[in-house]
Amino acid sequence: MIVARPSRKSRGGGSRRFAALVRKEIYQIIRDPSSILIAFVLPMILLFLFGYGVSLDTTRTRIGLVVEDETPLTRDLAASFEASRYFAVIEGRHRRDFEDDLVLGRVRGLVVIPASFAADLAAGREPTVQVLVDGTDPNTANFVLNYAQGAIANWERQRSNEGLANPPAIAAEQRFWFNAELTSRNFLVPGSIAIVMTLVGTLLTSLVVAREWERGTMEAMMATPVSAAELLAGKLLPYFILGLTSMTLCVLIAVFLFDVPFRGSVVALYVLSAAFLMPALGQGLLISAVTKNQFLASQLALISGFLPAFLLSGFLFEINSMPTVIQWITYVVPARYLIPSLQTVFLAGDIWPMFAQAITVMLLIGSIFFALAARNTRKRIS
Amino acid sequence: MTRRDEPSSAPFARLTAVTKRFGRTPPALDGIDATMRGAEITGLVGPDGAGKTTLIRLMTGLMLPDEGNVEVLGHDTRQHPAEIQTAIGYMPQRFGLYEDLSVQENLDLYADLRGLPTPERARTFAELLEFTDLGRFTTRLAGRLSGGMKQKLGLACALLRKPQLLLLDEPGVGVDPISRRDLWRMVRKLTEEGIGVVWSTAYLEEAEACDHVLLLNRGRLMFSGPPREMTARVEDRVYRLTGIDGRRRDRLARLLGEEGVIDGVIQGEAIRLVMKPGVPPPRPVNDEEASVRTTAAPPRFEDAFVDMLGGGPGGRSRLAETQRSFIAEDDKPVIEAHGLTKRFGDFTAAADITFDIARGEIFGLLGPNGAGKSTTFKMLCGLLKPTAGDGRVAGFDLRRDAPAARNRLGYMAQKFSLYGDLSVGQNLNFFAGVYGLSGARKRERIDLMTEIFEFRPVADMSAKDLPLGLKQRLALACAVLHEPEVLFLDEPTSGVDPITRREFWTHINGLVEKGVTVLVTTHFMDEAEYCDRISLIYRGRSIALGSPDEMKTRAASENLPDPSMEDAFIALVQASEEAA
Repeated sequence: MIVARPSRKSRGGGSRRFAALVRKEIYQIIRDPSSILIAFVLPMILLFLFGYGVSLDTTRTRIGLVVEDETPLTRDLAASFEASRYFAVIEGRHRRDFEDDLVLGRVRGLVVIPASFAADLAAGREPTVQVLVDGTDPNTANFVLNYAQGAIANWERQRSNEGLANPPAIAAEQRFWFNAELTSRNFLVPGSIAIVMTLVGTLLTSLVVAREWERGTMEAMMATPVSAAELLAGKLLPYFILGLTSMTLCVLIAVFLFDVPFRGSVVALYVLSAAFLMPALGQGLLISAVTKNQFLASQLALISGFLPAFLLSGFLFEINSMPTVIQWITYVVPARYLIPSLQTVFLAGDIWPMFAQAITVMLLIGSIFFALAARNTRKRIS
Repeated sequence: MTRRDEPSSAPFARLTAVTKRFGRTPPALDGIDATMRGAEITGLVGPDGAGKTTLIRLMTGLMLPDEGNVEVLGHDTRQHPAEIQTAIGYMPQRFGLYEDLSVQENLDLYADLRGLPTPERARTFAELLEFTDLGRFTTRLAGRLSGGMKQKLGLACALLRKPQLLLLDEPGVGVDPISRRDLWRMVRKLTEEGIGVVWSTAYLEEAEACDHVLLLNRGRLMFSGPPREMTARVEDRVYRLTGIDGRRRDRLARLLGEEGVIDGVIQGEAIRLVMKPGVPPPRPVNDEEASVRTTAAPPRFEDAFVDMLGGGPGGRSRLAETQRSFIAEDDKPVIEAHGLTKRFGDFTAAADITFDIARGEIFGLLGPNGAGKSTTFKMLCGLLKPTAGDGRVAGFDLRRDAPAARNRLGYMAQKFSLYGDLSVGQNLNFFAGVYGLSGARKRERIDLMTEIFEFRPVADMSAKDLPLGLKQRLALACAVLHEPEVLFLDEPTSGVDPITRREFWTHINGLVEKGVTVLVTTHFMDEAEYCDRISLIYRGRSIALGSPDEMKTRAASENLPDPSMEDAFIALVQASEEAA
């Protein structure tokens, strides 16, 4: 039972009580270092990590290059590898020079231009170049393989331009839209904004409500004429604003420091973020209403909020390549809807039909969380 | 103003056959019938776990009874909690203050929440700030206030919109005696305006200051009525034995074994006895006891409570009987503190603490929370490195040989720091291991403790599910498993029921007779009476050192010829402040 019914004496005091609760919360946010830490410092660290530290691009991967027979032709091919901006090349004469390096991870791959290369080419046979990669890190291995092929293709193209060989029948030309350079930062940074809002909405909110239970202030509040609905709303509004502030800060850093393009509208950005904060805050309130304990609340918020937003939202890992059951689970992760929309706002522009769908689902999940939180926030101590 | 005895003072609250259970444990409240009136202080008295907090929460409407009804100010808590909550003031045990908010901001918040009209604010705030003497601290954050000031601010917040009924849950805890007196005075003033006050407390001596007492024990109502009615049951049965030569603890143990003695405790250098109805006090039986003078003493609430519970546990301590003796020929002090000082940044937690404790002595560090007792204690245990000064325990230098010293001492931490999720047996096993016992000796000591403290039936119970009395026993058992020469006790019996407290001190008294040396910290004035000597610690300094009787004598005045320990404490604090 929620005692939302205003008592006779308190009529008209509702807005005043609400304002008092909001004011109290704002003072606390400003004065409590842990709020500032979660709302501003952690997001910054996260953003810088994704902006500078984590990059899914390969630039300058160290590889070994074995040229078994030094001819002008093989020298030319080797030069093509050395010129590639994706590789830092160490050259050698024998593959055994590099075997240890490959095993120890000092080089990520080994390209062998065999002794027969020039002869095969001259004889019109298809020459082979061997690429050895370290399969324990498939991501890097793939990059090495692809870029090695790219380097060889480049070399062939140059030769054909110079008229020294037959041009390949069809040359596939790749072109990436919206993120032409395929800079991973450009889609990681918008994605990490969703993570930041999960931190503020779910983790911070669940912590501050649980803290009120632990310190006994919730009990004192409840013994006043304030209603459960006012208590909930008094928590929501400040953290809603804090979440948007934190998001704004992240966007500014993304655009002005990391040069992430921003092709959509500010309106779309805020509407999407506001919609996302509903399930995030709802989840935070629900967690704290159920646990009433900061330690449990933080664990639950991390496991049920932060980690899914990280792992099951398509932020780092492609949802399509997840097992089917896991794919179903991703449908209830609000970040799954926000992240593609945010990436679109940044890299493509406003595509409202897509946003509308995402917003609807986020609000739906949000209202379920709120209903559950309200059910569990009674003016009762159990 | 309503007079108490007038029929017009209708009950402000009425509990009818109220029962409340949590889980499968015995009910927290069991069939309670009680009324509370306006213009009165109703004391809700009982040891920890008696059901005091549950009862107050039921009255706020924040909790509902499983059976029975609670009616507050004419409203049933089930039907109209909102009406009740507008008309009551409630101060929960942990104040309910926001520590990140200043004094004024806390007041503003509660004024808004309670709907105090703007025109009344300036006057109300001024009044309350004067009433609580917090006017100088309005901009200070609540978290930076002392325990006593927090309590007063909590009270001010509960009083913002003059409540008809004020519910205070253990307002006296963690507050120095001077602030506690202020608080009483303030609350007494409120009753003069017709407000009903419920004051819950585990201190039995506070019961005597209430108009009406509800005595709770293990969820049951033991007594309801004016405190004088309670003490009347032991009227003319209470005596003080003074002028005892030497070993008064041994004498007490023998007296408690006598047929007609219901209860007895050490009170400074005297012994306090409660006799069975119609039994005269014991006469001296030999020349050695000829010096003993027996005088009638006014009964106290605690005497009556123990009598009601069927008397104390007797004077025999099996623990002490099996203990090897540490009595030695030399008279070197066992614990020495010389100018112990601890500074944290620019805050001095303890300054120049000096004392010697002789073998077989009980020495108390007495003072309010935050005075520096625990800091001193921790330095002597070797857990904190002193900024200046030095100390020795059992001959070991604290700065160099703290680990060796720790092997010789048993430590019982505040609130019995046992492992709640371990069973009784596992706790004993663990602590035996920690103290380096092994093999046959370990088994022998654990078996002995199990037998002495009767742990067998509860051996497999989790420590956290034990009743408070058994927890207390287990904590003591764990501290003495390795037969320590020195015992450190941190607030050993605050909040426990008087029977458990007597049982505990019977063991300690017995151990002391065997030459064990005991250091106790307490904020609990009564506990100080069990000590041979005490050091009064106030704001990091020792302001007085001597036997409890000496302290009282120093504090005695014309107006107060026979001061209590608390009176003595307050007088000595005031004297030291005047001197400073």
